[in-house]
Amino acid sequence: MSEVRTLQIDGKDVAARSDETILCAAEENEIHIPTLCHLEGLSDVGACRLCVVEVEGTPKLMAACTTTVEEGMKVTTTSERLVAYRRRAIEMLFVERNHICAVCVANNNCELQAHARNVGLDHFELPLMHPALPVDASHERFVMDHNRCILCTRCVRVCDEVEQAHTWDVAGRGTGARIVSDLGMPWGSSTTCTSCGKCVQVCPTGALFEKGRSISEPKARRPYLPYLVRVKERER
Amino acid sequence: MRELGYRPDALIEVLHTAQEAFGYLDAQALAYVGDRLGVPQSKAYGVATFYSYFTLEPEASHSCVVCTGTACYLDGAGALVSAVAGLLAARGQEAAPDRWLSLEEVRCLGPCSMAPVAVVDHEVHGKLTPPGLVSVVESL
Amino acid sequence: MSAAAPAGAQPPRASANVCQAASCLAMGSAQVCRALEAEVAAAGLDDVAVRRVGCLGLCAAGPLVEVPEQGRIFERVLPGDPSSREGLLASLKGEARGGRPVASDPFFSRQVKVVLERCGTVDPENIDDYLATGGYEALAKVAGSMSPDEVTSEVVKSGLRGRGGAGYPTGLKWRTVAKEAGAAGKFVVCNADEGDPGAFMDRSVMESSPHQVLEGMAIAGYAVGANRGYVYVRAEYPLAAERLALAIRQAERRGYLGARVAGTRFSFHVELRMGAGAYVCGEETALIASIQGERGTPRPRPPYPAASGLWGCPTLINNVETFANVPSIIVRGGEWFASIGTERSKGTKVFSLAGAVKNTGVVEVPMGLTLREIVFDIGGGLAPGRRFKAVQTGGPAGGCLPEELLDMPVDYESLTQAGSMMGSGGMIVMDDTTCMVDVAKFFMDFCRQESCGKCVPCRVGTHEMWRLLDRMTRGVASRWDLEQLESLAGMVRAMSLCGLGQGAPSPVFSTLRYFRDEYVAHIDEHVCPAGSCHMGTAEPAAAGVSPA
Ligand SMILES: Cc1cc2nc3c(=O)[nH]c(=O)nc-3n(C[C@H](O)[C@H](O)[C@H](O)COP(=O)(O)O)c2cc1C
Ligand code: SF4
Ligand code: SF4
Ligand code: FES
Ligand code: FES
Repeated sequence: MSEVRTLQIDGKDVAARSDETILCAAEENEIHIPTLCHLEGLSDVGACRLCVVEVEGTPKLMAACTTTVEEGMKVTTTSERLVAYRRRAIEMLFVERNHICAVCVANNNCELQAHARNVGLDHFELPLMHPALPVDASHERFVMDHNRCILCTRCVRVCDEVEQAHTWDVAGRGTGARIVSDLGMPWGSSTTCTSCGKCVQVCPTGALFEKGRSISEPKARRPYLPYLVRVKERER
Repeated sequence: MRELGYRPDALIEVLHTAQEAFGYLDAQALAYVGDRLGVPQSKAYGVATFYSYFTLEPEASHSCVVCTGTACYLDGAGALVSAVAGLLAARGQEAAPDRWLSLEEVRCLGPCSMAPVAVVDHEVHGKLTPPGLVSVVESL
Repeated sequence: MSAAAPAGAQPPRASANVCQAASCLAMGSAQVCRALEAEVAAAGLDDVAVRRVGCLGLCAAGPLVEVPEQGRIFERVLPGDPSSREGLLASLKGEARGGRPVASDPFFSRQVKVVLERCGTVDPENIDDYLATGGYEALAKVAGSMSPDEVTSEVVKSGLRGRGGAGYPTGLKWRTVAKEAGAAGKFVVCNADEGDPGAFMDRSVMESSPHQVLEGMAIAGYAVGANRGYVYVRAEYPLAAERLALAIRQAERRGYLGARVAGTRFSFHVELRMGAGAYVCGEETALIASIQGERGTPRPRPPYPAASGLWGCPTLINNVETFANVPSIIVRGGEWFASIGTERSKGTKVFSLAGAVKNTGVVEVPMGLTLREIVFDIGGGLAPGRRFKAVQTGGPAGGCLPEELLDMPVDYESLTQAGSMMGSGGMIVMDDTTCMVDVAKFFMDFCRQESCGKCVPCRVGTHEMWRLLDRMTRGVASRWDLEQLESLAGMVRAMSLCGLGQGAPSPVFSTLRYFRDEYVAHIDEHVCPAGSCHMGTAEPAAAGVSPA
């Protein structure tokens, strides 16, 4: 049974259900916290760390997407430190793989790029890691370009939780982690993929895209989100 | 596998058993295990590649595992690794498909008092020197 | 062959207790045992027992054999060298000759054994040995005559804190789990992942007295209302796993585990789960995922496992040593335990001493002893001609403590304040030939390889910090690299999801705090003061130029 909790976010008194996350409560009150791995309608994993906030009384930063509200909580969503850390995290995502925005299908329609713009990330202090990564174009309709994947696992979750095909998962660990389909074979030979395209829809970058779409033609992805949520809600 | 009751949570146990039986985990084994336990293939693959104990490649005939944990590292584990690597290079083993010896590193085997330590074909050798390890390996 | 004398038979006049834990086994102690048996028989010493026991502590000098009647421990009793057994055989005949006298040797005499009470005295593969030394009495007492709340109160009173890492009060943790409803059941998990490289005390406990750990778990199960337990053992410890599995079977057969524990209505089933080579699985949420057969990736807390652990059920997770303390606390009382140690760190702590110290091995000391006492009195100091430089505690999330801090008491708070931590109890002594920048690089390389890859700061940050440290040890780093290192370290500590990432910068912080001049020498003068780095070596296969 959820009850009402009152808390402060950035000095503003807000009320929230006891089972809501800080992120949820903030959104409802028009306070925007940057997110990447979070997607409404999917479970939360707290992986990208962009949504971290300061909570008075705890020395640790908390991920807003996975922390539930508590009575009397005092949350700060923006501070000099938070902005600097978030910028670093975004920079890390860029240098980890080979993001060449100018030739990307998602150019100007990429959540990673948008975050970089918002925090004013105009140069990298960290050197590029330049991993040699494949592009899997074996699927008849879609392409997976590992060079642009930020390992947010939205595709894994939507495929498992909504489509229930569980074609995708993560293999390896550390910087060697990769999104894989089935037994690590080409996507096109997957026996579980239903070609529903949900993963392509939820991918925040240009890692998953539909074949034949010209560069920077926006993915029709926004109207798709409420659908996902509805599916989830029907399940409950 | 029957013993473990076909539960998805037995995945790691079953992979251990399969690897013990076949020496490594190939796609066929992974697919079979996944099917029987009701675990999606990609998850079975994800688990098998997460843990460093599982290998998707056929085993070499012999194995040499050098500990590179703290105590061994400080006591010259690096030199042990290069010595065996040098031996392998000299024998031109690396590219051979039917490999004679696999050289692996592991972080701390537990007998740190015997640093530096290596395990050659499941036998623990302590207080090694590079020539000492090379002669153990050469006698295989 | 068997350790306990058969009932009614004459107890042996003397015994040779041969260590059968991993280090000594690696030096051939199984063969030593057989050779001794033959020699004892040949000498007609039929009132002498050759017993197989657990770790005798002084692992570096193995194979070890103790003759308790003479209070002597014999070192390096080698299988292929009968002369190494001369003193030992004489001693078994009753002559006090050779070996190390246990009572006057500081390595043994400065120790206080609670957890290791039975290590080296009982046969780990024989439940009768354990029972003969009061084993399972605590469990029988708890299940037969105490309420769960009384048990928890006793543990609270003892002041016992977790021995696996952060030192969370064990009694409080039990109380939290006990309070949970747990309609679908509760679990007790023993964290035997012991992943810190250079730490081996949990291995020693499991190999030497496995029943003690199981008894502690069963008592915890009774206290929190759990009927099922798991021991999660790392794959690198096959012997520990084998002995635990055997102990579980024996305990079930004797009615100390299973359906009716010690004849009461309390039931407690224990299963063994093997790790598969992932350090991060020592982190409690990752450990849970791994027991469930999944990738060992941590998840954000709260909810803590106490509220939602294995399959969403309330789960108590404690370390091997934490559990091994419990039977004594029940038998002798919480107050007795609390009388050992310091104000805020009660009891004893087992450390594994390794590195550049003479007596490497497993030692148990009261909390609050100084580092100097542990390293120099018990550890016997460094090899002749070597100078102490630092002692590393706390594993990859810990730090390096310099000479100035040798008189610091070893307890949770002092270590944390000094920028290290208690961790699980690995202590690695470093001498003047060890480069501190290289040590920081070693731990960063470890974290980089063990990062699960789920969260960005740890996945990329540990790699970047390792790269910077690598540049420094090759003498090609600049001051700007040092600034970057410090800034990254702060960010990774604050932003990472779990303890691995949050702790990964610690060795960097502590070496910078105490050995900054070594960093500066590498950077400004391109010199490694310890002489261990190969300065001026080229970057491995340069990454190339960015096209973006
Ligand atoms: C990366 C990481 C590795 C850990 N490894 C271990 C370990 O090997 N053994 C252990 O007992 N605790 C380990 N811990 C601590 C556990 O998460 C947990 O705190 C502990 O098992 C709780 O038991 P205690 O309260 O008895 O100490 C680790 C923590 C982290 C973050
Ligand atoms: S492919 Fe896209 S959705 Fe999937 S993990 Fe990578 S970035 Fe995220
Ligand atoms: S801090 Fe490291 S080990 Fe922990 S969740 Fe993040 S990537 Fe995984
Ligand atoms: S949105 Fe919360 S961690 Fe990614
Ligand atoms: S560091 Fe090599 S055995 Fe522990």
